[in-house]
Amino acid sequence: MLETIMNIEKSPTDAPRLPPIPAAPEEAAVRAKVESLNFYYADGTQALKSVSMPILDRQITAMIGPSGCGKSTLLRCFNRMHDLYPGNRYEGRISLLPENQNLIGPEIDPVLVRLRIGMVFQKPNPFPKSIYENVASGLRVRGVKSKAVIDEAVEAALRRAAIWDEVKDRLHRSAYDLSGGQQQRLCIARALAPNPEVLLLDEPTSALDPIATAKIEDLVQELGKDITIVIVTHNMQQAARISARTAFMYLGELIEFGPTERIFENPSHPQTEQYITGRYG
Amino acid sequence: MTVLSPIESASASEATRSAMRAIASAKRTDLFVAGLGLFVMLVSMGLLLVLVGDLMIRGLSRIDYDFLTSFPSRRAANAGILSAWVGTLLVMLVTAFLAIPIGVMAGVYLEEYAPKNLLSNIIEINVANLAGVPSIIYGLLALGFFVYGLDLGKTILVAGMTLALLILPVVIVATREAVRSIPRIVKEGAYGLGADKWQVMWHYIIPAARPGILTGAIVGLSRAIGETAPIITIGALTFIAFLPPAPVSSEFPFINFDWLNEGFTVLPIQMFNWISRPQAAFHENAAATGVVLMALTLSLSGTAIWIRYRLRRNVRN
Repeated sequence: MLETIMNIEKSPTDAPRLPPIPAAPEEAAVRAKVESLNFYYADGTQALKSVSMPILDRQITAMIGPSGCGKSTLLRCFNRMHDLYPGNRYEGRISLLPENQNLIGPEIDPVLVRLRIGMVFQKPNPFPKSIYENVASGLRVRGVKSKAVIDEAVEAALRRAAIWDEVKDRLHRSAYDLSGGQQQRLCIARALAPNPEVLLLDEPTSALDPIATAKIEDLVQELGKDITIVIVTHNMQQAARISARTAFMYLGELIEFGPTERIFENPSHPQTEQYITGRYG
Repeated sequence: MTVLSPIESASASEATRSAMRAIASAKRTDLFVAGLGLFVMLVSMGLLLVLVGDLMIRGLSRIDYDFLTSFPSRRAANAGILSAWVGTLLVMLVTAFLAIPIGVMAGVYLEEYAPKNLLSNIIEINVANLAGVPSIIYGLLALGFFVYGLDLGKTILVAGMTLALLILPVVIVATREAVRSIPRIVKEGAYGLGADKWQVMWHYIIPAARPGILTGAIVGLSRAIGETAPIITIGALTFIAFLPPAPVSSEFPFINFDWLNEGFTVLPIQMFNWISRPQAAFHENAAATGVVLMALTLSLSGTAIWIRYRLRRNVRN
């Protein structure tokens, strides 16, 4: 806060004096609601058991839990990734507010859902194209043709993903030339370019070294100020550092959900306590 | 064998000795297998070299400008392969234009669109088996169906269609493998951006699979270029002293398709024709034709390697 003020003092002519970003209100608006969600894989195993939780608007919601607890499965319900593989089945609702649309309703085209909800995957997955084309992908998919519009959106997205300075001189080189951490920030830029309403992050730092991880965490924290983010992580410190709300899942069930501070300092469920104190996981 | 700490020296030395014996025996086996492999490779490569060398020695002196630009003739010294290599190129053109798009579409359909049921399983098994069907069977099919059934005649079009059928399974299988080798996470990335299935296929899957698809297509074409049996079966001419009308011209509309309905001959048939004559001079011509055919095949493979290299480099850069 102090830094911001000092920066503004130093260059009063450069930028208009921005109002300070308001601190997150205690009760933020709900952006999405998961309501008694059951999910079954094609082989019949039930991966999610009656999960209900809110996703708060412009907040970071973290999902933690041991491997196989269903946290990634839950995340992939939000953008209907499971529809790519035949036989998977949803029950219940995921309502996107304010229009109260059921994201997993069979009448909703999964493509429409994915147009509104961006996703970043566990491993960096740039396309075998140039850096520029990677970020432009989301716009091209939406039929944007104008080069000026795409140029502008690509730069804006790369800046938001804090990678612009590293790639601005080589936008037309292959994305595969970047390091793993840069590739992951590129993937975040790619997801941001079409301005998604919700951003899903599926263990975005699990394949990265500590320095690249720290950069991504800073970035996600920054982004969380103006976009709704749901992040799956197996790293509890990460969840504690960056999220406002935390959900602890175990064996397909949501064990506990609440403000991150309370979950980590004063968990009400013994299983949550055991997990965060490292007794299993 | 138990792992011992160095402190247990008395038994460790015994363990070390036994380990060294095991390593020595493994090394002898290695040496034996490598030697056997080298021997087998030298024999087969040697045989091939002798064959190619023989063809070169007999045929190379015959290849000159006149040989490439003359029509066949009764006199061996005046005979050339103009109609044969033009025929080969035109037939290959038709084959490529038919087999590559159809094969790629079929491969992508089978891999990405087809529902997994009994019917698609039967189709899959059949495609795999079709690659092993003897080429003369394709020739018989083409003779019965294209030449007599559809009354298309013994033309370049029919030859191209026949060879396209022949290499279709190769293209389909190569496409499927190339598509399958694209990491799931890249595909999910494209879907995650909100791309629909067609966009994912056209903008992400097929471009990423292009090196594999092209390799398959060119392997198929280099098989087709040497095929003799099916072309003889459909009744290609063996003595042709004219060229089909050129596909490209300087006058409007610049492209014509009259050549598709012309009779033709191809290099392997010309070669076969010359070998079956008694005069030694014609055998020389046949050897020279063989050298030209090999050069064409090699340059096709070379193109495949070059294209793959270029595409890979584009991807990496």
